[in-house]
Amino acid sequence: MDDRIEKVIELAAPVSRVWRALTDHEEFGRWFRVELDGPFEVGEVSRGRMTFPGYEGLPWEVLVRSLEPERLFSFSWRDVDPKTGVSSEAMMLVEFRLEAIPTGTRLTITESGFSALPDPRRLEAFRENTEGWNIQAGNLAAHVGG
Amino acid sequence: MSGAEPGREGAAPAPVFAAPVFAAPVFAALGDATRLTLVSRLSDGQPRSIVQLTEGLELTRQGVTKHLRILEQAGLVASRRVGRESRFVFTPAPIAEVRHYLDRVSEQWDDALARLKSLVEDGEGGAR
Repeated sequence: MDDRIEKVIELAAPVSRVWRALTDHEEFGRWFRVELDGPFEVGEVSRGRMTFPGYEGLPWEVLVRSLEPERLFSFSWRDVDPKTGVSSEAMMLVEFRLEAIPTGTRLTITESGFSALPDPRRLEAFRENTEGWNIQAGNLAAHVGG
Repeated sequence: MSGAEPGREGAAPAPVFAAPVFAAPVFAALGDATRLTLVSRLSDGQPRSIVQLTEGLELTRQGVTKHLRILEQAGLVASRRVGRESRFVFTPAPIAEVRHYLDRVSEQWDDALARLKSLVEDGEGGAR
């Protein structure tokens, strides 16, 4: 069974515009529904809080892996213990790859690493993270759909 | 099984919460050629002994047993004693659940990307 998710979407906007929407932390937060503390930097942990009504403040944390201008942005999810605020090492890898096409930009997103998830305690933390993401995405769907 | 926390219900569509907890061992269990072979052999639903499952593999019975235990821990096979030996049978439910989980994550990406698209194409998507 494939342990990755891949999404390809074509956007009618130049690569530079898409890159900014992905990597400017404020723009990222607008479509991803998270309030980030500061800009993304390679090798640095990006922290923030979800901004969903009813779920505000749920911790959000990733380790930024790559920022190759207008080409590749990637980060690993980190699991945060909601009780202590302590995070452990990175797990799921999320990659955004950009490619210029005549109509704008082709964006490929992969999320991988499901098979490398570790022991139960950390799985529990992962579950918490995913819960936030699931709730977030569900609300996004409702918002966009409405 | 729902992982929804009390007090949060009703604020959002019901997401799949619990799946990743079991998804990880399922992925890990299937991420191995020998174990995939064993699952394939068992996928017709017939119970088999370790001796039967070892046939044609470049592994000792102990080696096969080790792999079967990993599959068992992931909920992909079940064993029961028949006389002096164990019989193993394929239990497919976790695979269906993992598929469902991946489908949900996939849908969630679709939703987020719809918002990204709106942002870069129309300058929208920023409404709080």
